[in-house]
Order: sequence, then structure tokens, then C-alpha cells
Amino acid sequence: MSTVEPPAAHEAQASSRNVIRLTHGKVRIALHLLREGWGRPLLLLHGLGECTPSNVPALAEPWPGPIYGLDFTGHGSSTIPTGGGYTAEILMADVDAALRHLGKATILGRGLGAYIALLIAGGRPSLVRGIVLTDGPGLVGGGIRPGTTHVPTVDTHRPGPPDPHAMAELSRDVRPTDYAIEYVRQIMQWSELDTPIAVAAVVRPEWLAAVVGEVGVIECPVADGLALFTDQT
Amino acid sequence: MSVSDHSPDIAPDIAPDLSPDIAPGGRSFPGARRPDRSYWVSSGGLPIATYEWGAPDAPPVAMAHGGFDFAGTFDVLAPMLVAGGRRVISWDARGHGSSGHAELYSWNADLRDAAAVIDVASPDEPMVFFGHSKGGGMMLDLAHALPHRLTHLVNIDGLPSKNNWPDLADHERTKMLRGELEGWLDHRREVAAAQRHPGTIEELAARRMRMNPRLTQEWLEYLVPIGGEQVVDGEGVSGGWRWRLDAALRFGGFGPWRPEWSMQRLPGIGVPVLGVLGLENEMMGWGTKPADVIPNSPPVFRFEALEGVGHFVHIEQPEVVAGFVLEFLEANP
Repeated sequence: MSTVEPPAAHEAQASSRNVIRLTHGKVRIALHLLREGWGRPLLLLHGLGECTPSNVPALAEPWPGPIYGLDFTGHGSSTIPTGGGYTAEILMADVDAALRHLGKATILGRGLGAYIALLIAGGRPSLVRGIVLTDGPGLVGGGIRPGTTHVPTVDTHRPGPPDPHAMAELSRDVRPTDYAIEYVRQIMQWSELDTPIAVAAVVRPEWLAAVVGEVGVIECPVADGLALFTDQT
Repeated sequence: MSVSDHSPDIAPDIAPDLSPDIAPGGRSFPGARRPDRSYWVSSGGLPIATYEWGAPDAPPVAMAHGGFDFAGTFDVLAPMLVAGGRRVISWDARGHGSSGHAELYSWNADLRDAAAVIDVASPDEPMVFFGHSKGGGMMLDLAHALPHRLTHLVNIDGLPSKNNWPDLADHERTKMLRGELEGWLDHRREVAAAQRHPGTIEELAARRMRMNPRLTQEWLEYLVPIGGEQVVDGEGVSGGWRWRLDAALRFGGFGPWRPEWSMQRLPGIGVPVLGVLGLENEMMGWGTKPADVIPNSPPVFRFEALEGVGHFVHIEQPEVVAGFVLEFLEANP
């Protein structure tokens, strides 16, 4: 099956930075090196409809090591798939492809990227040393249970990025509180840290409110959360 | 959406004038008949292979197959409904049979693909929604999303129930989830290069029998040339057959979905509903019992629970299922 590549101008912009192309299934995802450095990397995960920023965000500046950002499938310089089919879990596997390249990393996720950070930290606890979750587009998702069934109409004549299928599907993905808590418990069971989750988000959708109530979770500003995980062990 | 509007650009790797294959596969099975016509439907650019049996102006029935199946698994049942005066429309789900292998798969994408087929096959006339297993759950969802598009709903062993999922202690659940998560992430790491294993028709049929233990070798061998493809090397030498099923698709898994969410759709269906359960437990089935279904009965509901029949009710007992469907439609015009 062929894919719709991002517009040429977008590719040119991306290639002017340090972009590493990774393969995840039939998709090519873009991992951007935003700042070189020594030690464990910080991986930035963007919000729904966003992409990796051109420069290191001020909030991440204090991080002592290298800083990378990943464009999720259908976003930024990554492949736009044909016909949608997005789930939060498939984006978790996008991040797994990045961790396979980077090795152990700390993750700063905003919006949708905060939820994905929680999933991958539970999915690959040996490759994630601390996550910081903050506000951004897609933080809420589709609530804790399915709403009225709906088949969204997607205008495929404007393919993005961001992929309009991603916007339609990932703004409705269901996030039950017990499902989110299962990931927290995965992290707690196998993480080398006592407090591996820092919540800096002001907005607290139900899944995140449930996470905050669990052991091993601290509420603090982004800078404090990153400081918790800066040691290079 | 129409076929002619979308066919030319839906499948760059498939010639637009080449319809999905409906030729006999070379094996025969009593009562089985290939579709009368086929065409492509675009779902957001992904080609969905769509098939029809029966007169084009007969009242339509949209039939959704289950996971890891394909439209050809209706080759016995569909002609029986045609004999009862119906037109049957079915399609290969994305990643299955002749439909496009997508980059991504999800429940919502399957729903959108089904809605695209329904729009093309019967743009004006409401139809009977029919689904088996996963297809049954999809049609249940679509009955809520598109209530103006259906006249009746038929669900064949596609009513998941939470009551038959094992209760686990928290620590067991945590351990099990870790295995599932790592297994799935490992699968995603390898999937770019993955392919289904080839074999002879007999071998593929025997392999499928592990998932479909109550079906006959003869039926499964009939299906191989329809749902599979011959593997040919660069010198034109056949390396056997392989299921045309995207290797990215994986049985089982995890996610936020809860089985009771499907069952909760049932009571609100406003059209007449026929539900059929096979009571023999199988790995592909849900293990749902009549006591799980009856409290969720919709207002007009015929419910049949068959002893001694497994999950593939319509394949084990096609005459019985066709009889139920035709009687039900006649009794609820």
C-alpha cells in the first residue's frame, strides 16, 4: 500500500535539522535531534496535531543531556498513513521504535504525548527513566468510556500534516481510569525509581486524576520533574 | 462517495479496471458459490474489496465477517439468502483477503470502512445489517452510528460479555499485562519484515483448523485459494500458498476496550434484532451465555442459542442460520 508523503517543503524544512528516520511497521517516523549532549537523552513527545518544535523549549533547557523530539505517525515529518486507524497504543509503539534507537531515556510529554509517555513507560519500564506529564492538545482524549457511536467524516483532500484522521480518531480515544492505573502499576513494579512519574499538568482529565492518586506519582512543575530524573545513572 | 468517483485513485498498486477476484478457487465445497460481481470501494483512499451475490435490485443485506476471516467465508450462506430473494453485500476488512494492507488498524477504522461500503452498495435504501463475531460487534456499533441506514440487525455469535472473562488478582493481572505489552511491542519491532508462512493448501487448512477446530478440512481447503495467494519466486517457481492476511495483524492483545461496552449497545437498537449464539466454547468465541444476553434484549428480539454448535454458527449450520434469517425478515417486514 502506498502512503501519502508530507509536502516537499515540509520535508525540506525537516531535513535542515538533524532528523533520524526510523521504521515502525509500514511507517517512517522522524526523530529530531534538537540539542547534542552527553548522557541519557530527554525525549520530547508533542501534543495532538503538533510536531517537534524547531528549538529546545525553554522548559527543557535545563536538561543536561541530549534532547530529541519524536513526530508521531501522521504528524510533522512522519508518514501520513492511508485511511487512518490511529490508536494511542500504536503511538506507544512509535516511541518504542525511538527508544530502540536511543536506549534508556527520560520523557517529557505534552497533551496526547503525556498519555503516550505513560503508556510507553509501562510498556518498556527498563527503557524509560522517569516521565514528566504536562498540558497540551489531546490531553483529555475521548473520556473514560465510549460515547455515542459516531463515524467521523474526514476530509482527505487536505491530507496534512497533521493527518485529519489522526485528529478525528485520537481526540476520541477512550482512556478508562483503570486502564491508566494498570500502566502506573507496571511502571511501579519494574522501575528503578521510587517516584518515576511527575505530573506538571494543570488540567486533570479523569485518567490523569486517577494517575495522580497512585503511589510513585509526584505533582510538581516541569523543571522540578526533570530535575528528579537528571542523574545520569 | 461512489465507486466511479473514487476507484481511479484508490489503489495505485491495483489496476483500477481490475475488480477483486471472484473466480472459483479450484476447490469445490457442497453449496458454495463465489460472488456474482465485485468492485473496489475507497475508504479514505484504502481499497476495500467488495462482493455481491444476487440480483442488483433485490433487498440488500450487508454482511460483516469476523476477525481473520474474509468475505469468501460467506460462500455457502450468501447463496442461501439469495435463494430467499435477497442481495448480499460483503467485503474483505482492511488487511484481510484482497483489501488493502493498511499502515494502521483499529476498530474505528473498520467501522469507517464498513460505512463506506454501505454508502456505495446501497446509497439510498436502508439494509439488513448482519455480522459474525467481530463483524457482529461492528454492526452493533454501526446500528447506533447509522440508525437511518438499517431495517434489521442480525448478530451471529458476536455479543461479547464481561461475565465470561476471568477475574484475576491484581498481581496476576499486572504480570499478564507485562507479558502482553512486551510481546506486542516486540511484534511491532519485527512487523516491517514479517510475512505469513507459506505452505500447501492442506497445510494452510490444517493450520487454520487450530483456530477453527470444529470446521472440516474440506471447507478450510476450499477457502485457501480464495483467501490466500500463491507464492512465486523470481523465477516463477511456486513456493506454495500464503493467507492474504497482513502479518501486522495479531490475535489477542490488550487495550482500553471492555467487552461489556458492546453488549451495552444491544438494548438500544430500535429495529428488529435476531441474535444467534453457538454454545460450544471455542478460542475464537466470546463464551457468552443466554443469561448474559437476555437482560439486554432490545424491544423486538428473536434470540436463538444453539447447543452443540460452535462460534462459526453460519458455517457449521448454514441452513439453520439462513432459515432463521429469512423467517425473521418475513415475520418483521
